[in-house]
Amino acid sequence: MKPGIFARLNRMGAWMALLFLVLPALIAIPVSLTPKRFLSMPRGEYSLRHFETLFTSPEWLSSFAQSGIIAASTAVLATTLGTLCAIGLWRVTSRYTDIVRAFLLLPLIIPQIISAMVFYRLLVPIGLIDSYPGLIIAHTVLATPLVLITVSASLANFDPKLEQASRNLGASNWTTVRRVILPSIRPGVFAGALFAFILSWDEIVVTLFISKFSVYTLPRRMWNGIRENTDPTVAAAAVVLIAVTLLAFVIYALVLRHRTQPGASEG
Amino acid sequence: MQALRKHISPGWLLVAPFFLVVVVFYLGPLLNILWLSVTDPEPGFGNYSALVTSDAMARILWTTFRTCLITTVFSVAIGYCLAYAMVHAHQKKQNIMLTLLLISFWISVLVRTFAWLMLLGHNGLVNNAFETIGLIDRPIRFMRNELGVLIGMIHYMVPYAVLPLMANMQTLDPRVMAASRNLGANGVQTFRRIYLPLTLPGIVASSLLVFILSLGFYVTPAILGGGKVLMVAEYISVQLLVTLKWGTAAMLGTLMLIGVLALLWIMTRFMQLSAVFGGGATR
Repeated sequence: MKPGIFARLNRMGAWMALLFLVLPALIAIPVSLTPKRFLSMPRGEYSLRHFETLFTSPEWLSSFAQSGIIAASTAVLATTLGTLCAIGLWRVTSRYTDIVRAFLLLPLIIPQIISAMVFYRLLVPIGLIDSYPGLIIAHTVLATPLVLITVSASLANFDPKLEQASRNLGASNWTTVRRVILPSIRPGVFAGALFAFILSWDEIVVTLFISKFSVYTLPRRMWNGIRENTDPTVAAAAVVLIAVTLLAFVIYALVLRHRTQPGASEG
Repeated sequence: MQALRKHISPGWLLVAPFFLVVVVFYLGPLLNILWLSVTDPEPGFGNYSALVTSDAMARILWTTFRTCLITTVFSVAIGYCLAYAMVHAHQKKQNIMLTLLLISFWISVLVRTFAWLMLLGHNGLVNNAFETIGLIDRPIRFMRNELGVLIGMIHYMVPYAVLPLMANMQTLDPRVMAASRNLGANGVQTFRRIYLPLTLPGIVASSLLVFILSLGFYVTPAILGGGKVLMVAEYISVQLLVTLKWGTAAMLGTLMLIGVLALLWIMTRFMQLSAVFGGGATR
């Protein structure tokens, strides 16, 4: 069927919409190369001085390190909790499964501003406000539902007969999980870990509420820079963040491709 | 113990750790906040009465509702156009489009807000470009008003609008449309009478999702609105961090929570949540 005039117009509109989605973020690249000391577009001259500031200033470096530590811890905790939970929900056949699943996805669905209030309320009385454990707890609660989703998606393609076979052959519950289930859902687990890392690495709303001085993550420092709206180092940081996002995306795409290949062996 | 084990599947043991984490670290303080909304500063519905007595509150709620509604309409319209083009494109083009969509989905909201700040400012790229080609005499005010907030929010929400729509469009049987064409309907008629009604569940789900996400959106309105476009999320943060009025903040949070849960419930009438949140979550 030959596409009509409307379909063709729509396709053009779609490409323009995609440009509208992707292009604006790239403005950070020229702005980060300005030789001036204030935020501006470079005119003819380019300079890497703001990247130099970014990678030599103790403040920015400590923010990179803090965000890295918090995101990595969050990814490990969320992946462990989320994977166990997904396997558990997958094995249970009960009328409560869907309700429990919906309940556990709540932290992801409830607006972040409410989550921010929740964690502020939680952390102030126990004295964990503005601390690594506080931020890691909060980010883990927010990120685990993502792992739950990706691992559940992987489990949906996993043949339960394999699990029965393993148990019939005498393997214990734990051995079955470790040797049979985990290897087959590895792409889902990996994608979940990546999502959890990115969520924590980018998280700003909850972080704004529960960090003050001693923990100052990268998004927090960027937030301040954007609010002050003068220092081009923010643009350099934005470029680094875009690069990290693209890197994560490439890794994710490679994992996805990997996931489709073993699928061919399924009968 | 043995009897207990028979009734409770061992799978629940694996669910228990995260379940407990959510109950202790999330549900507990959340219920506490709901409780605060009727007890702080004094027991009763004093916080809620501000909704009808305070002009400022009414204005904030109205701004929030209006902004979310406009964002939803534009995001879903753009999202529909995108989803339609993607579902009906060849595999290779579809992959390119999906990649671009996901990249924009993944780029940090701070980076994107910063970009809009650079583009829309008084001497921003957009104003400069318009002036150079003679479209305008003096800069348009994009920032510190609703226009800037809307542009930033729509830009953020479009990918969220596309995903449920695509999930819905992919389930449609193309033979139905072919049958309509064979029976003499033209392209526009087929779209209006067959395709659009069939994609209605997707439109509803995607609208509700975008509306829910917009309701609690904080970053973009706070930065692009520059304090001039006060929405509920920013007002909550002011109440908590500046004026320290837990009661008012808790009341607004409770309202938002009730609204979001009600919308989610409506959404489940139209679409399985699992289809929206990554697919295949339920077996």
